[in-house]
Amino acid sequence: MKGLSLIAAVATALAAVPLVVHSNVVLNFLVVALLIALAGQGWNILGGYGGQYSFGHAAFFGTGAYVTAVLQVRYGINAWLGFGAGIAAGAALGAGIGALVFRAGLRSSYFALVTLAFAEVLRILASVAPITGAGVGTLIKLDLRAQSFQFQSRAIFYLVALALVVASLVITQLLERSRFGIWLIAVRENEDAATAVGVDTMAVKLGAMVISAAVTAAAGCFYAQYFLFVDSGIAYGTWISIEALLTPIIGGVGTVFGPLVGALLVKALGEGARLVTGDAPGLDLMVYGVMLVLVIAFAPRGLVGALADVRDRLTGRITAARSAAREAARG
Amino acid sequence: MSEQRMPVSRRRFLAATALSAAAGLAMPAASRAQGAGVKLGLLHPVTGALSYSGQQGRIGATMAVAEINAAGGIKSLGGAKIEPVLGDAQSTPDGGTAEVEKMNSAAVACIVGGYASSICLAVSQAAARYELPYVVDVGVADSIVTRGLKNTFRLGPGFGVIATTALGNLVAINDAAGKPAKTVMIVHEDSLFGSGLAKLLNAQLPAKGFAILETISHPTPTRDFNNVVLKIKAQKPDLVVPANYYNEYVLLARTMLEQHVRPKGIYSVLGGAASSYKFVKEFPDAARYIMDCNHWFNPKNPKAIELKKKVEGNGQFFTYELYMNYSAVLLVADALERAASAERAKIIAALESSTFSGHVMPYGPTKFVNGQNQGAAPVNTQVLDNDIKVILPPDFADAKPVFPMPA
Amino acid sequence: MLSPLIVTTAVLNGLLNGAVYALVALGLTLIYGVLHIINFAHGALLSAALFAAFFAYRLLGVDPYLAVFLLAPVFFALGYALQRLIIGPAARGDDRNMLLVTLGLAVLIENALLYAFHADTRTIELAYAFKTIDFGFTFLAVPRLISFAAVLVVTLLLWLIMSFTDTGKAIRAVAKEKLGAELAGIDVAHIYAITFGLGTACVAIAACLLVPTYYVTPTAGNAFVLVAFTVVVLGGMGSVPGALIGGLVVGVVESLGGFLFGESLGQVSIFLIFIAVLLARPRGLFGAST
Repeated sequence: MKGLSLIAAVATALAAVPLVVHSNVVLNFLVVALLIALAGQGWNILGGYGGQYSFGHAAFFGTGAYVTAVLQVRYGINAWLGFGAGIAAGAALGAGIGALVFRAGLRSSYFALVTLAFAEVLRILASVAPITGAGVGTLIKLDLRAQSFQFQSRAIFYLVALALVVASLVITQLLERSRFGIWLIAVRENEDAATAVGVDTMAVKLGAMVISAAVTAAAGCFYAQYFLFVDSGIAYGTWISIEALLTPIIGGVGTVFGPLVGALLVKALGEGARLVTGDAPGLDLMVYGVMLVLVIAFAPRGLVGALADVRDRLTGRITAARSAAREAARG
Repeated sequence: MSEQRMPVSRRRFLAATALSAAAGLAMPAASRAQGAGVKLGLLHPVTGALSYSGQQGRIGATMAVAEINAAGGIKSLGGAKIEPVLGDAQSTPDGGTAEVEKMNSAAVACIVGGYASSICLAVSQAAARYELPYVVDVGVADSIVTRGLKNTFRLGPGFGVIATTALGNLVAINDAAGKPAKTVMIVHEDSLFGSGLAKLLNAQLPAKGFAILETISHPTPTRDFNNVVLKIKAQKPDLVVPANYYNEYVLLARTMLEQHVRPKGIYSVLGGAASSYKFVKEFPDAARYIMDCNHWFNPKNPKAIELKKKVEGNGQFFTYELYMNYSAVLLVADALERAASAERAKIIAALESSTFSGHVMPYGPTKFVNGQNQGAAPVNTQVLDNDIKVILPPDFADAKPVFPMPA
Repeated sequence: MLSPLIVTTAVLNGLLNGAVYALVALGLTLIYGVLHIINFAHGALLSAALFAAFFAYRLLGVDPYLAVFLLAPVFFALGYALQRLIIGPAARGDDRNMLLVTLGLAVLIENALLYAFHADTRTIELAYAFKTIDFGFTFLAVPRLISFAAVLVVTLLLWLIMSFTDTGKAIRAVAKEKLGAELAGIDVAHIYAITFGLGTACVAIAACLLVPTYYVTPTAGNAFVLVAFTVVVLGGMGSVPGALIGGLVVGVVESLGGFLFGESLGQVSIFLIFIAVLLARPRGLFGAST
C-alpha cells in the first residue's frame, strides 16, 4: 500500500496548487504538462512495463480526440459521453492493432515501425475523410459550461487533468503489483523465457496494449476539450508519438511516476531553453535533442530510475548484485 | 535568400523591461509624465513548420512598431511608445495559447498575429477569456470570426470572400478574353486552406459555366508532381487552379514546364508561390503569366511602395505576411489613438468603430462587422515582365491581364 | 483516362522516384542489417546532405553530380564519427537505446539546420535541370534519368563491396553473428562505425541527386524517410538488392496508388504495403530469416 499512499500524497499536493498559484501562465503550462504526462502514462504501460516500444501512440491519442470531437460536432452527443466514447474507441483500436501485430509476432524495431505506420495511415485517412472535416479539421463549439466539458477557469481544467493523471498513476501502481504486471514485466525482460514458464504472452501484451491505448486516448479527448480544435496533424502527428515516449524515458521507464516527472521536466526544460536561447528558431529544440542523447547515455532508466539507483547506492542493498551482473554481461 | 536576425530578442526585451520597471519604480512621477508605454503582443510561429511565414510576419509587425514610435508614439496617450512583447507560437495551437497566457500576464493591451488558422482559432479563444483584443494577421478560416468572440478582429479577408472574389474575377477575365476557358482542374494541398477552398470552388464554379474535370488533393509535403502533371496533360484543362504552399507550388510549376504543359491559364488561389517575389526571381520561366488571387498590398499607395523599397533594401522579400502584419499593427495604433486609453474594453470599442485607412492594403477604410473587416478582399495578380502586377480590381490595377497565356 | 500509355508513364514515373527511395533506403537497410537499429536520424542527415550539396554548388561552384565525389567521403566520415563517438557509447549495445539516441540526434540535427540556415526554401538552378528527353508519349527529365542510372551504379558498387572485399565480408560476418565475429578478431565497434558511415554516404549521394530538382529546407529530408522505412521492410532489412527492388516496387505502387486514389489517399497504399509485409512476411523479399 505504500505506493498508493505516495500517489495520494502527491495528488493532494498537486491538487493544492491552484490554491496557491493564480497565474494562468503557470496553470496553462501545468495543464499541458499533465496532458502530455497522461499520454506518456499510457505509453509507459506498454513500453515501460511491457518493453514494447511504440512509435505510433498518436494513433490512440488522435482517435480519442477525433471521436469525442466528431461526436459532439456532428451528432450532438454530450461532451462527457463523447469523452468516454473516445477512450473506448482508443481501447478498441489498441485491441485491433495489438491482435494483428502481436499475432504476427512483431517485436522491437518491427513493432516500433508498424505502430508508426498505423499512426501514419490514420493521419492520412483523417486528412481526407469528410467525417473528420478532412483538411479543414473539426472545431468544437465554444461553450464554457461544465456540461460541455469546458470551463471558464483554467484551474478546473487543471484539476480534471490532474484527476486523469492520478487515475493513470493508480492504474499503473495496481498493475505493477498485480500478477498481470509481473507477467508483463516478465515479457519485457525475456519474452521467450516467459512463454517457456507458461505465461500467455500474447494475451498479456494485448491487455497491456488495450490499457495503454485507453489512457493515451483519454489524453487525446482532453486535448480536444481544452483546445477545441482538432486536425489530422494535431491528432495523429508524430509530435505526440514522440512526446508520449520521450516523457517516460526521460522520467523513468517502467516506473509509476516516470512519465509525470518526465513531462514536467521536459516541459520545464523546454521553457527554460526558450528563455535562455531567446527567439532564435530551433535553438531550444536543439537543447531537447541533446538532452535526449544525454539521458540515454547517462541515465537510461530515466530520472526516476537514476534516483532509485542513488537511493539503492546509499542503502547499499542491490549495488553489489547489480555490478556483478553488469560484469557478467559485459564479458 | 535573406537571413534577417530577430530585431528584439526576448532576453534583451526582458532585460529592458526589468531595467525600465526598476527605473519606473524609482521615479514614479517622472515615468507618468513621460507617458508609460503601451504593450503590444506580437505572436507569430517563428519556429516549427511555419517559421518562414512567422518570421516574415514578425518583421512586418516590428517595422510598424518602430515607425510608430519614431513618429512620436501614441499622441493621445502623451506620446506613449508601443512596447512589443514578442511571442513564438511554435507553429502549434498549444504554443499560441501558452503565449497568450504569457502576454496577458505581461499586461499587453492587444495581441496581433497568429498566421495559421488553427493557431488563430486557439489564440482568439484564449484571448477572449480576458477580453483581450486580438487582431488576426492572415488566418483565413471563416470560423475565426464566426464564433461570436467580441475580442477578435480580422483585417484581411476570409475564405468565403477570397473564393467568391477569385471566382468573380476569373469569370471577368475569361469573359473579357472571349471565354476561351471552359474546363478546369484544381490542384490543392489537403489541409485547412486548400481543402476549404477546393470545396467552395467545387460548389460555385459549375454555376458560372465552368466544368471541373478533376480536383486533385495532395499532401504537404509532396515529393513529386509528375503524376499530377500527367493527369493534367491527359485531360488538357483550359485552366489549372493550384492552391498550395510555396514548396509544392515550385515543384508543380517546374514539372509543368518540364512536361511542356501549357494550359490557357494558370489561375492560382492563395498560391504559395504565384505571387511571391522569391518565386519570380528564382524561376522566371516557370512563373511567367501565372495569375493569382491572393493577399496583396495596394500598389497605388505610396506608403506601400516606400515600405517595399525599405524591405527590399534590407535584402528581404516583400511578402504578404510582412505587410499584413504591418497594417494590422498600424490599425491597432490608430485604435489606441482614438481610444486615448490602453484599456482593453476601450480598444475593442475603438476597433469596432474603426474607419482606418492608413494601412497599405487595398481595402479602403476599415469597417468591422462581427470582427470581420468588410472591405477586405484579395486582388488578382499576374506575373508580367518578371514582376508581379495587379490586374484586378481596376481601382488598384497597374496592368491588364494577359489571357490566354501566349504559346 | 487510364490508357496504356498513361499507365506506362505512371509506372515510369514510379520507377524514377523509386530509384531515389531505394538509395535512401540503402543506407537505412545497411545500418539495420548490421547494427539492428532503425536509424531515426536518417531524414535529418538527408536534410543536412541537401544543404551540403546546395552550398557546394553555391559557394564552391561544384556541380551536384560532381559533388557526389566530395560529399560521399565527407558524410562517410561524419557517419563513422557519429556512430563511433556518440551513438555507440551512448547506447551501450541496447537496441532500444540506439533507437532513442538516433531520435535525439534527429531532433538536434534538424534544428541545428533550422537555427543556422532558417526556414527559407532554397533551390539551385542548373542549365540542364529542366531538360527532358522525349519518349514520344512522355517527357522524362534528364536529372531523374541520371539519378536512376546513378542509383543502379551505387547499388552495384555496394553489393560488390559487401560481397568481395574484406571489409564487406567483415560487415556481413558481424551482421550474421556478432559474437563469433568478435571472437574471430573483428573489431565490432569499427565495423559498426563503417556501416553507419556507408549508410550516411548513401544519403549524401541521394542528396546530390535530388538537389537539381528538389528543394532544400531543414525538414526536406523527412519527406523521404517514412517511405525509405517501407522500402527497407519490403526489401528485407539488411539486403542491398532488396533495397533496390523494394525501392522500385514502392515507387511504382505509390505512383499507381496516387493515380488511382488521389495523391493524398495514395500515400496510404505505401503504408498499407508496409503493414502487410510486416504482418505477413517481416523479413521482406530478400531478407534473412531471423
